Amino acid sequence: MTPARAPGAVRIAAGQGFWGDWLEAPYRQVTGGPVDYLMMDYLAEVTMSILQKQKSRDPSLGYAKDFVPLMERILPIVAERGIKVTANAGGVNPRACAQAVADVARRLKLGGRLRIGVVTGDDLLGRLDGLLARGHELRNLDTGRPLSDVRDRVVAANAYLGAWPVVDALRRGADIVITGRVTDTGLTLAPMIHAFDWPADAWDLLAAGTVAGHTIECGAQCSGGNCLVDWERIPDLANVGYPIVAARPDGTFEITKHPGTGGRISVAGVTEQLVYEMGDPAAYITPDCIADFTTIRLEQAGKDRVRVSGVRGRPATDKLKVSVAYFYGHKAVGTLVYGWPDAYKKARAADRVLRQRLADLGLAFEAIHTEFVGADATHGRLALEDVVVDDLPEVQLRIGVRSPDKPAVERFTREIAPLILNGPPSVTGFAGGRPKPEEIVAYWPALLDKSMVEPCVEMVEV
Amino acid sequence: MKKAAARRSGGRADRRKMVQLLELAHARSGDKGDTANVGLIALKPQYYPILVKLVTAARVARHFKGMITGPVERFELPNLRALNFLLHGALDGGGTISLKTDAQGKVFSTALLRLEIELPR
Repeated sequence: MTPARAPGAVRIAAGQGFWGDWLEAPYRQVTGGPVDYLMMDYLAEVTMSILQKQKSRDPSLGYAKDFVPLMERILPIVAERGIKVTANAGGVNPRACAQAVADVARRLKLGGRLRIGVVTGDDLLGRLDGLLARGHELRNLDTGRPLSDVRDRVVAANAYLGAWPVVDALRRGADIVITGRVTDTGLTLAPMIHAFDWPADAWDLLAAGTVAGHTIECGAQCSGGNCLVDWERIPDLANVGYPIVAARPDGTFEITKHPGTGGRISVAGVTEQLVYEMGDPAAYITPDCIADFTTIRLEQAGKDRVRVSGVRGRPATDKLKVSVAYFYGHKAVGTLVYGWPDAYKKARAADRVLRQRLADLGLAFEAIHTEFVGADATHGRLALEDVVVDDLPEVQLRIGVRSPDKPAVERFTREIAPLILNGPPSVTGFAGGRPKPEEIVAYWPALLDKSMVEPCVEMVEV
Repeated sequence: MKKAAARRSGGRADRRKMVQLLELAHARSGDKGDTANVGLIALKPQYYPILVKLVTAARVARHFKGMITGPVERFELPNLRALNFLLHGALDGGGTISLKTDAQGKVFSTALLRLEIELPR
């Protein structure tokens, strides 16, 4: 079944649910049937700090590099079919990302046929001291601590922008909109606002578009991927169809996918995605509105087609969420595999030996965390209550440490391999070598007055 | 045989009607910082009132005792026949700080489905 295009409907296809998602998905979305927009979400909470680090080493970097070859593959098609693209692939350097895409477009002889809109204004790193000096404390939403606690360790700071700057770019004729930290939901809501000319205070409509965005922002996670209900009978995940929103001017929409693709779009599966990463369902707060997820009505409108209606919204708040990334310390995780008999006992014994050695070395850690993969790693004691651990054929000892002290973490990484010859028996699985210490860049969520942030839209002619 | 399955099959002496949530609901979980959320969704409409009544925040807090450091909050979504639980302090600091395999709380969903409740007669 082709995604229906009711009069005035607009079809928005999800192409990426995170940076690292399936590279085939965007191509399949623009070739598998008619769509009007391709939405691609790249930015997770920690992504901005990785990108900021890349930019500090090379000022021409700091965006999702995979986006450029991906666009190279689909640009001729989107140009031919008039499909518009919204993507927050710009990271901390949307202008450089747009430039790279423009270069590719020119190489493909698409000069004069494409306009790229660039959304900036989210990056607060250079303004932090000024904001703090003016009394914006950027207190941690979880701990209540002021940002001044970690100011000297901040590596990135970005406000979450909403749909409106993306709308602005579309209104100015952008075919491709490349943004920095725009909300996942804003990338889907913006095409609806643009197509239907929704007013800024049409809270129910904005909330409906936000729900649509939340539904497809994780890509195939609403079309059969990572779906628990009836998972064994979800067809052909190898060929899974990514979701498409078919939206109408009245705020109702359908979730569907291209014909001939795998996966499944069902009320149960869409419900799983709606509750994913949910806080208070009556107050899903974005820069654009507050959506009330307790008003959503779902119905199966056909095979692989779920109709969404009834969404109510409330006025947006006067704050924007800010994500600050700061240097926290170091960590490392090492693993060894113990085999039958007594696999679990041996792994536990190895853990005791290792902990004793770390203590004898006088190493200070903020945390030492042990898991026995195959026994308790994901469900803790709940799993151990439900299984006879003595019979397990193998158990992986997985032990991690965290410390502000880098040498302590490095010393830990040298204490794993010796256990192979000087610890409990039947041990294997060390082919990966010594674990690598990692820097921890942690996430600091905060709020900032909206008036302090000015989104900016620029156009790049190709 | 798994211990839970053994308990479920029950001896003749055990006349309680114990059911694992896995038989009544499906679920998906995710993270926000150090908080894991679990959306618990009734498999059939008639199961939702049972979940509302028996799967309280306090019951879930007991289920995860020792595995989370903070409180449990519960929200109701009758329109989706779902409950949303926030498990605070579930992720060893969460995100990049966490040393856990499940640093993003992805399988707290099925950990909740292990919960056994006593069905009303």
